[in-house]
Amino acid sequence: MAFLETRNLRIDVPGRADGRALDLHVSPGQMWGVLGPNGAGKTTLLHTLAGLRPPRDGEVRLDGRRLDELKRREVAKRLGLIFQERQDGFPATVLETVLVGRHPYLSPWRMEGGEDLNIAQAALARLDVAHLAERLVTTLSGGERQRVAIATVLTQSPQVWLADEPTNHLDLHHQTAVMALLAEQAGQGRAVLMCLHDLNLAARWCDHILLLYPDGEVCWGPASQMLKPAALERLYRQRLATVEIDGAPVFVPVR
Amino acid sequence: MSHGRRALLPPLGLLTLISLAALLFSVSVGSASLTWGDVWSVMLGEGEPLANTLVLELRVPRSLSAFATGGLLAIAGALMQVLLRNPLADPYVLGLSGGASVGALAAMLAGLGGVMISGSAFAGALASTFLVFGLAHGTGSWTPARLLLTGVVVAAGWGAVITLMLAMSPAERLPGMLYWLMGDLSYARTPWYALALLVSMCLVTIPLGRSLNVLARGPLQAAALGVNVRPLEWTIYVSASLLTAMAVTTAGSIGFVGLVVPHMLRLVLGNDQRLILPACALAGGALLVLADTLARTLIAPEQLPVGVITALLGVPTFLFLLYRSR
Repeated sequence: MAFLETRNLRIDVPGRADGRALDLHVSPGQMWGVLGPNGAGKTTLLHTLAGLRPPRDGEVRLDGRRLDELKRREVAKRLGLIFQERQDGFPATVLETVLVGRHPYLSPWRMEGGEDLNIAQAALARLDVAHLAERLVTTLSGGERQRVAIATVLTQSPQVWLADEPTNHLDLHHQTAVMALLAEQAGQGRAVLMCLHDLNLAARWCDHILLLYPDGEVCWGPASQMLKPAALERLYRQRLATVEIDGAPVFVPVR
Repeated sequence: MSHGRRALLPPLGLLTLISLAALLFSVSVGSASLTWGDVWSVMLGEGEPLANTLVLELRVPRSLSAFATGGLLAIAGALMQVLLRNPLADPYVLGLSGGASVGALAAMLAGLGGVMISGSAFAGALASTFLVFGLAHGTGSWTPARLLLTGVVVAAGWGAVITLMLAMSPAERLPGMLYWLMGDLSYARTPWYALALLVSMCLVTIPLGRSLNVLARGPLQAAALGVNVRPLEWTIYVSASLLTAMAVTTAGSIGFVGLVVPHMLRLVLGNDQRLILPACALAGGALLVLADTLARTLIAPEQLPVGVITALLGVPTFLFLLYRSR
């Protein structure tokens, strides 16, 4: 059974024609990459899949149940989202920030206990930010904050990971480490769907690809069928050269 | 950092002690100073008749009113700051004190007294709350920025009406009106409603606290972590308005407590609302009790507006904490 499923889904991007409806089946173990130029609606798609904004049409199902009929808390136990943009309300330490990932699991009267703390600290260590635990999030660099955000979702431990540009602000080593973490999650029977700007990360790590065109046109399928230079050149309106390294295609923009 | 219930106890215990000390101090000093022994025997029911009247009928109700008002304002301020995710928010930011003041001044102008002034202030506060929310809601949904802007503009409107009323008022009514505008606890009669509201609010915020922590990270993040954002925001808005209306009705519009007490506590205790909200109740209460005691004793038998004292006590403390913070 699909973890995350859409039926006849059209995302609501103001001022855009309906385009083609989405009928996705995101199954356990899959790594999906969403590609598209700026303003194509990648973030809107992710927020719609997470139930944070209503679709124009159609429905999203999580574990076979309509997303809008599930309680937010139930959704949050199954589905986590790494946001591209983050708000700083009031200053909070890294550990406090990551601990909020336990929120959906705790009843209103319970406080975070030792077990929650262990989960949070393990997530911090996994993302290489354990040494920053007591620092205020506002004092961190962009890449460190990105890793804290990912550690928060790791603490939340959802079956479905939605990630909006998970490699934003990350150096090359941490980009690879984060993609490996997401692949590991998929390998453990979870599902990952992420927006990516970097075609080559998608080509290397994703087994399924969804192409989102600015006019609302979409197509999706296994990575090997989707990552064709002609389709990608039309998507980005950019000529590409393709080389092969380690058996995976690498796309380079040409002038 | 606070993890687990045990971490909440030391700061709350300390603040409870400070609050009790402030209340005891406020009950003992005044035009006729009593020793703590005198106060103690009154509490045991063994005091002299004069001391009994002084303590039980005058000072205790006033001190408890001050405590409740300060606590309500501080909690309301902390809630508004979370709701609007804006550190400058205070209980009056949405024009609530303006509405209450217009209500109270209108009652005074009409020559009404006591209960009518309070009732009129309460009605004005609620009317302003609904006005601001209705206007900010408009045809679509409201955002914190829109709510804030609507509140600030409505408050400016109330300010103009207040100035107009003061300009038109007969001279002999002016002192009472001005004192009300700056906050005055001598109107406070029974503290019990305000105290009951304060205690029940503290109980409500315990289960809500963690959701508030998540909401402080932004509505989308909160929704993604399982918070029902809109119902929670409504709850905050309605309860903060109710608390402020009650505070304003009890003691006039006392500024500063609602803005600065939550910030002071955040600088020292961090940002866990489960700790901050009850701490606000205690610290806000203690601050206003002390301020009111000074207001009625510094130049006795004359009284100073208590709002002046809260600011004079609070400004240096706050600036010191801010200066020292990382």
